[in-house]
Amino acid sequence: MQEYRLKMDNITKTFPGVRALDDVKLYIKPGSVHALIGENGAGKSTLMKCLFGIYKQEGGTIEIDGEPIRISDTQSALKSGISMIHQELNPIPNRTVADNIWVGRYIKNKLIVNEKLMEKKTQELLKELDFDISPKVMARELSVSQLQAMEIAKAVSYNAKIIIMDEPTSSLTIAETKHLFRIIRQMRDEGRSIIYISHKLEEMFEIADEVTVMRDGKYIGTWEISKITIDHVIEQMVGRSMEERFPKSEQAPLPEVMLKVENITSPNPRSFKDISFDLHKGEILGIGGLVGAQRTEMVESLFGLRPIASGVLYKEGKLVSNKTPLQAIENGFALLTEERRATGIVPMLSVNDNTLIASYKKFTNWCPGVINKRKSTKSAAAVCKSMNVKTPRMSAEIQNLSGGNQQKVLVGRWLLTDSNILILDEPTRGVDVGAKYEIYKIIRELARKGNSIIMVSSEMPELLGMSDRILVMCDGHITGILKSEEASQVEIMRLATRFTVESTAMEAEK
Amino acid sequence: MKIRDEEIGKIEIKKFLIDKALILALIAMIIVIIIIEPAFLQWRVAKDIMTQSSVKLIVALGLLFPLLLGGTDLSGGRQVGLAAVIVASMSQAAGYASKFYPDLPNIPIIVPIIIAIVVVAGIGAVNGLMIAKLKMAPFIATFGMSTIVYGINCLYYAKKPNNAQPIGGIREDLTILSNYKIFGQISLLVVIAAVVTVISWFVLNKTVFGKHIYAVGGNENAARVSGVKVHTIIVAVFVIESILVGLAGILEVARTGGANSAYGFSYEFDAISACVVGGVSLSGGVGKVSGVVLGVVIFTIISYGLAFIGINPNWQLIVKGIIICTAVALDMRKNSK
Repeated sequence: MQEYRLKMDNITKTFPGVRALDDVKLYIKPGSVHALIGENGAGKSTLMKCLFGIYKQEGGTIEIDGEPIRISDTQSALKSGISMIHQELNPIPNRTVADNIWVGRYIKNKLIVNEKLMEKKTQELLKELDFDISPKVMARELSVSQLQAMEIAKAVSYNAKIIIMDEPTSSLTIAETKHLFRIIRQMRDEGRSIIYISHKLEEMFEIADEVTVMRDGKYIGTWEISKITIDHVIEQMVGRSMEERFPKSEQAPLPEVMLKVENITSPNPRSFKDISFDLHKGEILGIGGLVGAQRTEMVESLFGLRPIASGVLYKEGKLVSNKTPLQAIENGFALLTEERRATGIVPMLSVNDNTLIASYKKFTNWCPGVINKRKSTKSAAAVCKSMNVKTPRMSAEIQNLSGGNQQKVLVGRWLLTDSNILILDEPTRGVDVGAKYEIYKIIRELARKGNSIIMVSSEMPELLGMSDRILVMCDGHITGILKSEEASQVEIMRLATRFTVESTAMEAEK
Repeated sequence: MKIRDEEIGKIEIKKFLIDKALILALIAMIIVIIIIEPAFLQWRVAKDIMTQSSVKLIVALGLLFPLLLGGTDLSGGRQVGLAAVIVASMSQAAGYASKFYPDLPNIPIIVPIIIAIVVVAGIGAVNGLMIAKLKMAPFIATFGMSTIVYGINCLYYAKKPNNAQPIGGIREDLTILSNYKIFGQISLLVVIAAVVTVISWFVLNKTVFGKHIYAVGGNENAARVSGVKVHTIIVAVFVIESILVGLAGILEVARTGGANSAYGFSYEFDAISACVVGGVSLSGGVGKVSGVVLGVVIFTIISYGLAFIGINPNWQLIVKGIIICTAVALDMRKNSK
């Protein structure tokens, strides 16, 4: 038996203007989970796309079980025993699970597809993997985790020796993640090799046997997980020592209440109910919970993006009503949405225009509605500079900036609206480690100046490291508000999974 | 991921070529026309081209607004026709033999103009509301509207005593918009088109409203989160567009001295083609007034030039089609990167 299942050596790939992979190597042992990590743009996905035949590598060799192979397209990758589960799942929505798994290689009797046998095989496959999905159900009816299960089943059905998983847990709940890990271990024990790409370092330490770090399209090193610490991995990823992951708070929140939320309830009975809390001046209030806890729905309702059926908001003692985002902005609220691409940036507009879009009205002069260009561009440039946005010029299209820089522009957008209640929904999602630290510093600075911050986050360390208090939600209810010094991951998780009897019953019915 | 300087240079040259490929090809074509027939370069031809571009430019600037939202208006041409017939029907000279309204005295010319503009603005508002409130695809909503507008126009045109006869005998205080020549050279039409161009540029580049149009076209959801009243913007855009195409209809009456219900047919396609050639993206959020002017002028020069060197008009259609397909293909390429 070969020592390595997969050997990739001297892999090089260039895109116009970018050396995406520069002499990269990757050695994977059989029967192991191998984490591949690096900041956004480090080249992980490009390397995997070369392995899976989506891109053609320009130089270098690939060996599987000692045999040199050429991968020209995805078909040849699949034949060589390589399978990939993409981050963005792409099912055929109006076909059954069985169809989705066997598409392109239907089981046939001569010319006619043998549906019965196909369903039976699918059933066996899903059972073996302990997934409770019917082969006859339409893909459109599946949840994200079930779709992923379907993709895993598909990978196994190809009898893949190497399974690439790109950020598989990015939209899974804790329970679903646990199940996924159990499946990954089962596949590993069967002798398959799993290449696991993730940003979540804690998770990687839980599941992986080995880790390879990439940076700027280069290979940095491979370590056994048991012989390396999280801080060391981060150091390797960012290429510099990082004393701390979170900047320290310099002052405690003030006693004055900035925002009082009383009993707000969604018109949708499956969404949030009876939410009440106080937000103090200069406070960072973290909001934790699992996917589906209705945190995003709740904060979007505070901002007027979604309706509320009942309940009231008081800002600095005065009753306020946010029926539309425009009203919310006029009342001094700001919302950094969860989905930066979908609801944040206007991709083809310049950094300047993206910074100003919420505050143009402030920069009008002699005639209402006519923009004072000098004043507006000066303010936009100043705020982007204060955020340390890295852009070649203010007129560059925002879509050409990295995720972290886009996020900083969006924070800047809200600073120009004179808001003092900032709602940040997953502020560091899709942002690389270096830029994360800068965003944390900005958040701290805003709080220090007396702004109040609500920060929804699914990353435990971020919640614990940044918040003054942590509000935990489960199934649309507040299940607890913890002071950060008495909070722990275990305590947050306990509150985040405190389903009420009623909801557990509903869950069981499904 | 370091990008080397010489590589940046290469990307920018490539991007420039993709962006400008069509314009460069069309300019080459114009040069060929000039080589074949050097007489093309004369003041009379230039005047003709300016005059012929004027009405087309106003329609194209109108269509630019919905295109910036990622929408379109397939009823634009039919609105030109309706505005033309309404204005013509009310501005016939007193002694003209077959009048649409035989008993109508010489009312101030501004009255029929205002009536026509109000009617098409109403149509624009309905288009905008269908798209904003009912969430209809602009393509379908305005396609349906084009049939409705044409139907209304034909009903009105067939009214007794007109009985669907071409409307003629237009008063001189309307035809003056086309006939009056500044310094005896440049038609008032060109001046009006220039004024509309400047106003459109100002609205799109210098006002909050204009910036909001680009934002809604680029990412409607992001605009909404940023406090932009998306529905108001959509409705306002379609009203503005209708007013511009309505103005174009009125100018067509002035230019031709009459109207019939077929006026304006397919003008929106010429307008959209000119916009796309001028770099306006069909996906919304991208497009400049200067590009639209360039697109319209290039189209006019080429169709005028092909006729000038004696090319069969049917061939002109084929050339126009090829230009449009190329423009859209390049636009898609730009968007997909």
